[in-house]
Amino acid sequence: MSTVTAPLLKRPGTEWPGHSLVVSEPLRLDCGVDFGPFTIAYQTYGKLNPERSNAILICHALSGDQYVAEPHPITGAAGWWTTMVGPGGVLDTERYFLICANVLGGCMGTTGPKETNPATGEAWALDFPVITIHDMVRAQKILLEHLGIETLFCVIGGSMGAMQVLQWASSYPEGVFAAVPIAGSARHSAQNIAFHEVGRQAIIADPDWCGGRYLSLDRNPSRGLAVARMAAHITYLSEAALHRKFGRNLQDRNAVTYGFDADFQVESYLRHQGSTFVDRFDANSYLYIARAMDYFDLAAEHGGSLPTAFPGKQPRFCIISFTSDWLFPTSESRALVHALNAVAANVSFVEIETDKGHDAFLLHEPELFATLRGFLTGSAEQRGLMRFWD
Amino acid sequence: MTDRSAALPLGMEASSRTIASPASGELRRDLRLIAEMIEPGSRVLDIGCGDGALLAYLAREKGVDARGMELSQSGVNACVRHGLSVIQGDADHDLDAFPADAFDVAVLSQTLQATRRPRHVVEELVRIGKRAIVSFPNFGFWRIRLSLLSRGRMPMSEILHNPWYDTPNIHLCTIRDFVALCDELGTRIERSVTLDRHGKPLSLRARGGLANLFAEQGMFVLSNSAGGVRPA
Repeated sequence: MSTVTAPLLKRPGTEWPGHSLVVSEPLRLDCGVDFGPFTIAYQTYGKLNPERSNAILICHALSGDQYVAEPHPITGAAGWWTTMVGPGGVLDTERYFLICANVLGGCMGTTGPKETNPATGEAWALDFPVITIHDMVRAQKILLEHLGIETLFCVIGGSMGAMQVLQWASSYPEGVFAAVPIAGSARHSAQNIAFHEVGRQAIIADPDWCGGRYLSLDRNPSRGLAVARMAAHITYLSEAALHRKFGRNLQDRNAVTYGFDADFQVESYLRHQGSTFVDRFDANSYLYIARAMDYFDLAAEHGGSLPTAFPGKQPRFCIISFTSDWLFPTSESRALVHALNAVAANVSFVEIETDKGHDAFLLHEPELFATLRGFLTGSAEQRGLMRFWD
Repeated sequence: MTDRSAALPLGMEASSRTIASPASGELRRDLRLIAEMIEPGSRVLDIGCGDGALLAYLAREKGVDARGMELSQSGVNACVRHGLSVIQGDADHDLDAFPADAFDVAVLSQTLQATRRPRHVVEELVRIGKRAIVSFPNFGFWRIRLSLLSRGRMPMSEILHNPWYDTPNIHLCTIRDFVALCDELGTRIERSVTLDRHGKPLSLRARGGLANLFAEQGMFVLSNSAGGVRPA
C-alpha cells in the first residue's frame, strides 16, 4: 500500500486557521500529572448574544477536529458536520454561538504528543501524559471560562463526543442547559476496547513507529495508522450498509485476479480510508485518544452507580441512538436513560431506524435532523432564547 | 441539504407550533377530562403518550412539566420533533427506573389492558406518582356482554376494534375487576368517573353495579394509601 507522508502534519507547532488559547496554569490530570502550559485550538461559528446564553459546545469524535463546518486545512475536505451546522441548519449559526475545540492530546493545534516537550526540545511522543475524557472536558471548561460563558445552552457530540457530553453533565451540571449525547455510552465496552487494541497494535508493530519517537527520527508509521483506521472504519459501518454500497462488486475489473490486489470495491474503499487518514492524523495522538475512550466509565468513577454520576439539577437530555450501530448499540443509550430516570432528569430518548451504523450521526439522516431541531427549539423556548431571533 | 431549506422559515411562529402541533386539533374528550384533573405547574408522566397530544396541551395550557413514555418509536420521534420530552419505553419494564414520588401525577390512559403485568403496573404508577390517573375500556359493558352471549364470539366494539388474534389488548377487565385489584393492592381510589364511548362522563358511581353495566370506560384517580387515609 502506498501512503503519503504529510509534511504539514509532521511539523510541530504548525499554525492552524482559527483561534487558540494558551493556558499557563498547570492542569491537574486524572493520571496525577500537573500538565502545562498547553494550548487549546478551537473554532467558533455564529455570534454570542449579549446575555451569553446561546453558546453550544460541539464535542468531536476520535478522529474529528475543530473544523466542523469549513474545509479541513490539510485535506480540503468539507467540515465533518456540515450536514448539521450552518445558517438555517439544525445547529443554526444565525441563532447559536458554536464552539468546537480540538481535544487535549489531539493533533490539530491543541497540545498533544506531536507538540514539543519544553523539557527536551523534542516531540512529546510517549512522554506525553495519558489523558482521559474528563481531562478533555476540564480543558474545555477552561476555554469556556476564558470566553466568559458560564452556562452552555447545549453541549452536543457523537461517539467520543457523546462521552464528553456525559462527562460535562456529570462534572458541571449547572453549566449546561441541554445535553445531546448521540450514539454514545457511559462506558467503553469490552468489545470496543478490543477493537482499539487492534488499532494500537497495528501502529506499534509498524517499524517506522520507533517506540513512538518517529517524529524526532523523521519517520512516520503511516502503514500502521492506516491499518488502525481501516479496522476502526469497519466498526463505524454496518453489514447492511457495506452490502448496499459495495456488495461483492469488483474494482475496475471484470474478474478476480487470483492475487492480493484490491479486487473488491470494499477493499479499495478501505485502503482509501486508511491512506487519506494518515495525511491528517498523528499516530501517537490516535493511541492516546483511543486510550482515553477505553478508560471512560462514568459509573466506575462514582462507586459503580451510574445514577450517582448525575448529581444536582441535570440538564435537559436528548439521547439518540441508531438501530444498526453495533459499536455503541441502543442498549447503551437505554442504560443511560434508566440512570437519568432514576434521578428524575428531563430526558428524551429517540432510536433512529437506519442501516448506516455508528457513522449515521455524521451523515444525511433526516430523522436525526428533525429530532434535534425539535429538541433544540423546545429547549430554546425554555431558555428564553426566542427573543434574540427574528 | 433539503432539510435545511425546509428549516429556513423556522421562527417565532414555528416555535409556537412545536408545542401546539400534536394537539392542534381538539383534544380527545377523555384526555381533556384528565387534563382538568391536573394542577397547573405540576410534574406529569404520561405513559403511552402516543403522539403527545395530552403532553402538549398540558405544557401549553397549564405550564406543566410534562414528560412522556411511548412504546412506538414513530410516536416517540414525533413527540421529540415537537419539542416534547418523551422516551421510548414500555409500562411493564421501564417504570422501575423512576424513584418514588418522582411525579405529581402519572397518567395511564387506555393502556393498562395492553400491558403484560397490569397489577405490577398499577403498583408502579402509585409508587412513582403521588397520584395516578388510569383509564381503560370496561369489558363489563352491556353490549360486550350481550355480544358474547348472543354471538358466542370474542366481542369487538368501537374501542376494542381488533379481532382476538390481532389485538394488543391482552388483559381486559371490568370496572368491578379494577376496583377489586385496587382493594387488593391497598391502593386508594380518590375519585372515579365513568364515561361513554365518546369520553363523555356518565352520572354513575364507579363502585355501583350499574356503572359496570352501562359505562364503556372507567377513569380512576389513585393514590398510595400509605400516604393517605383509606376511605370506608
